[in-house]
Amino acid sequence: MSGYFEGVLVLLAVNIVFAYGAFLPLAAGQLNLGLAGFAAIGAYAAAYASNSWTVTPTLAILLGGLIAGVVALAIAVPVLRTRGIYLALATFAVGQIVQATILNLEIVGGAAGYPVATFIRLPTIAAFAIVIVVIVAALFATRFGIAIRALHDDEIAADLMGVHVRAIQVAAFTVGSIIVGIGGGLYAHYFSFIEAQNFNVALSITVVLYVLLGGTQSVLGPLVGAAVFTLLPELLRGSQSWRYVVFAAALIVLMALRPQGIVTRARLHRLFAVNRQPNGIGA
Amino acid sequence: MNTGPPILELQGVSKHFGGLSVVENLSFAVARGSRTAMIGPNGAGKTTVFNLISGVLSTDTGHILFDGDDIAAVPSRRRVRYGIARSFQNIRLMPHLTALENVMVGQHSRCSGPFGILQPINLLPNNRWRAEAGAALADAGLAAYESATVANLPYGVQKRIELVRAVMARPRLLLLDEPAAGLNSAESETLQQLLDRICANAAVTLFIIEHDMHFVGAMCDHVVVLDFGRKIAEGPLAKIRDDPLVQRIYLGTVAASMECSHAARRA
Repeated sequence: MSGYFEGVLVLLAVNIVFAYGAFLPLAAGQLNLGLAGFAAIGAYAAAYASNSWTVTPTLAILLGGLIAGVVALAIAVPVLRTRGIYLALATFAVGQIVQATILNLEIVGGAAGYPVATFIRLPTIAAFAIVIVVIVAALFATRFGIAIRALHDDEIAADLMGVHVRAIQVAAFTVGSIIVGIGGGLYAHYFSFIEAQNFNVALSITVVLYVLLGGTQSVLGPLVGAAVFTLLPELLRGSQSWRYVVFAAALIVLMALRPQGIVTRARLHRLFAVNRQPNGIGA
Repeated sequence: MNTGPPILELQGVSKHFGGLSVVENLSFAVARGSRTAMIGPNGAGKTTVFNLISGVLSTDTGHILFDGDDIAAVPSRRRVRYGIARSFQNIRLMPHLTALENVMVGQHSRCSGPFGILQPINLLPNNRWRAEAGAALADAGLAAYESATVANLPYGVQKRIELVRAVMARPRLLLLDEPAAGLNSAESETLQQLLDRICANAAVTLFIIEHDMHFVGAMCDHVVVLDFGRKIAEGPLAKIRDDPLVQRIYLGTVAASMECSHAARRA
C-alpha cells in the first residue's frame, strides 16, 4: 500500500471516529463546538501515558479517551444547562480554555508541541474506527438510542413518558467526548507529534459539518459525512489550489439540496423498500 | 363504578401566568374507574389543568392528590411512574421515529435503570418490548404503519398512535386532550371502541377534555365544566345539560362554536 493511500485511509478512520464523537450530542440536539478540546485532552493524555509509562499505544489511547470523558462529565453538568446558541458558545469556550491551557503547560511541551514516542499504523486505527462504529450503532439500537432521538424531537413529551432528559444528554455528551478523545489519541500516535494548533475551533466546526452533512437522523450519517468530507478533497487534487474552492462550493450546493443531510431515515426506508420488493415479487 | 377514594383530586389549585389568573381555586375529584370529561369554552384553562396534573407546569397553590399522594411537587418525569399518562391537543409524537419506536417510547417508564436502558430492543426482532409494542399497534388496527416514520402519516392515524403510546405506560389515569378533535364520525366511532377496549383490558380511569358533546355523551359518566379557570358545574351530563349557567356560557352556543372550531380545524 502506498504511503499516500495509507495516509488518506488513516485520515478517513480518524475523521470517522471524530464524527461519531460529535454525532452523539448532536443526535440529542446539542451542538458541541468544544470537541477539539476533548480531542486535545485525549491526544495529550494518551501521548503523555505513552511517553512516561510502559503502556501499549492501545491502552494509552483508551486512557486518553477515558480522561476526556471524565473532564466532559465534570463540564457537562454546568454547561448543558445552557441551550442552543448559548450551549454552542459555552462549549466553544471550553475548547479555547483547553487549547490555552495546553499552550502554557510546559510538561507537555507548551507552545513548542509534544512528540509522541510510540507509533501505530493503519490496521490499529482502522480497528478502533470499526469498533467505535459498531458500538455506536449498537447503542442506537437500544432504548437509550430511541430516547436520544425522542428527546431530540420533543423534550417535553419524552420527559412525560419518563425519559430522564438531562441524564441522557449528559451521557451522550460524555460518551461522545470519550470517542473524540480516542480520536485524538489515534491522531497523536500516527503523526507522532501534536501541538495545540492541531486542536483549534476549525477542527470542531469541520467535524460538526461532517455530521450535519451526513445527517443526524441515522447512525450511518456520520460515516457517510466523514467519508465524503475526507475523500472529496483528495479526488479534487487534480485542480490543485482551486480544490478547496470547488469543495466548498460543492458543500453549499449539497446543503441547499439536502438540508437534512445526505442520509435521512425516510431515504433509508425507501432504499430498503425498493430492495425488498423485487425479492418478494420476482423470485 | 368503584367506590373508595378518588384516583385524582384537585384541592384549591391555582395557576397564574404573570398577572393573568388561568386556574383559580379549582377543586374537583375524578372517581376511580370513571370516565370523566372536562368541558368549557376555549381559553377556560382546561389544557392548563392537564399540564398541572402531568407536571408540565407547576401549581402556584393547592394540592394535587393522586391515589392519596400529593404529587404537586413530584417532577413531571416521575409522574408517569405513579400511573399518569396523557395525550396532547396538538399531537406530540416524535416525527422522526417510526410508529413502533414512538410506541416503545411509551414503555420507557417501565424499564429504567442501566439494564432497561441498554437492552438492544431494535437489534433483536423477537425482543419482548418490541413484540409488545407491535401487538399494541396491531390491536389498534395500526399494524400497517409499524415501520412508517410518523411525520407523514394521516392525522387520525397519528392520534391513535399517540393513544397507544400513552397506554404503553400502563397508566391508571389516562388524560386525553381532545381525542376526537378533527376526526370524522367514523373515526370517532373507532376511537370510542378502542377506548372501550383499553378500559376493559386494564383498570384505567379516563379524564378527557372534549368539545364534541356526542363523544362526551357516549363515553363519559361525569362532567366538570370550567370557565375562566373556575369550576362552574359538575355532575352527570344529563344534569349539566339542564344547568342554566352552563347553557348560557357553553352549551347554549355549542352548535355555533362547534361549527366554528371545526371550520377552523379544517382550514
